[in-house]
Amino acid sequence: MVELTLPKNSRMVPGKTWPKPAAHDGKALGKLTEFRIYRWNPDDGGQPRIDTYFVDRADCGPMILDGLIWIKSKIDPTLTFRRSCREGICGSCSMNIDGTNTLACTKGMDEVDGVIKIYPLPHMPVIKDLVPDLTRFYAQHASIEPWLQTTTPEPEKEWKQSRDDREKIDGLYECILCACCSTACPSYWWNSDKFLGPAVLLQAYRWLIDSRDENKGERLDNLEDPFRLYRCHTIMNCANTCPKGLNPARAIAEIKKMMVVRQI
Amino acid sequence: MASDHVNQTMRTEMSRVKGLGAAKSGTEHFWQHRITAIANIPLAIAFIAIVISLQGKSREAVLHTLSQPLVAILMLLFVCSGLFHMRLGMQVIIEDYVHGEATKIAALIANTFFAILVGVMCVYALLRIGFGAI
Repeated sequence: MVELTLPKNSRMVPGKTWPKPAAHDGKALGKLTEFRIYRWNPDDGGQPRIDTYFVDRADCGPMILDGLIWIKSKIDPTLTFRRSCREGICGSCSMNIDGTNTLACTKGMDEVDGVIKIYPLPHMPVIKDLVPDLTRFYAQHASIEPWLQTTTPEPEKEWKQSRDDREKIDGLYECILCACCSTACPSYWWNSDKFLGPAVLLQAYRWLIDSRDENKGERLDNLEDPFRLYRCHTIMNCANTCPKGLNPARAIAEIKKMMVVRQI
Repeated sequence: MASDHVNQTMRTEMSRVKGLGAAKSGTEHFWQHRITAIANIPLAIAFIAIVISLQGKSREAVLHTLSQPLVAILMLLFVCSGLFHMRLGMQVIIEDYVHGEATKIAALIANTFFAILVGVMCVYALLRIGFGAI
């Protein structure tokens, strides 16, 4: 049945409020922005807590990720999070900011009114602090075989694609697999053991609609399942939260249309 | 602690994700749900219109109206389409939220039995009225 009692680790305890930064090296202190960040360390045996930090905006870049890096280097080196490209293309710094899953590197501190509250991506096992365990998510992505599949012998130069067909991949190929959409989806929360989730289904559609791919039937067979595909109830959280402005719900609807079309 | 024990397994994540494979079904359910949804729009409007038109009427007048062929057929269609749609929808809700295998199977069976029971009762009543047995 629905799990009504949360696991032991879900009970939050009050966290630490770190001291406000002081002016130093003759530099004046700028505006202070308050961050409240989820902290959990599997090694200390403690409960998760919310720590409060104050970021000196005069000494820090404008994005939330800049703030996190500033905290890590100036206040608390134990704060743990993933980051890499800092320009919205690697998908590493996805987290729940101000109640919405998004990328810390493309979300400005000024876009949040008041205190900036940061949690890990919802409903995923937490490895530490803001780092979720995405192993299953990646296995699901691998399960849809996200590469070009053909039986026709490989051409000497390249697989050709018309301009019109290439345009069909627009709005799909931009997905960076940050998992913001999947972890915003209630269906994925309840049934991620079987439901593939919006990100992986969008990737599946990216190959289904690719004119060069010759394995559409097998791809559809692999998705035709009450749980893998049909757990999507068009809740649309995926499209609302996608930091790249994509619409996974539309891609899923297109897959459902393909399923019906091949039957009638 | 024994109560905290989780069934341990060393399966890979890929083995779990692939599970027993795709069921190769679900499209029929999805499509029938849509078709009954479309059918329910005019049928529900007709049902509401019939109920409103019978407001305050005597028992004999109600039975007379319900025994008219057009009204009886619309009511039968509404009952069948509505209950079929209800069963499909309830099945989705059970699959979404009920995670214990035994409870889920029991709930799915109860869902089917309930829809068929209510459907047969409604159809039986409508036919009796339609054929003047009441």
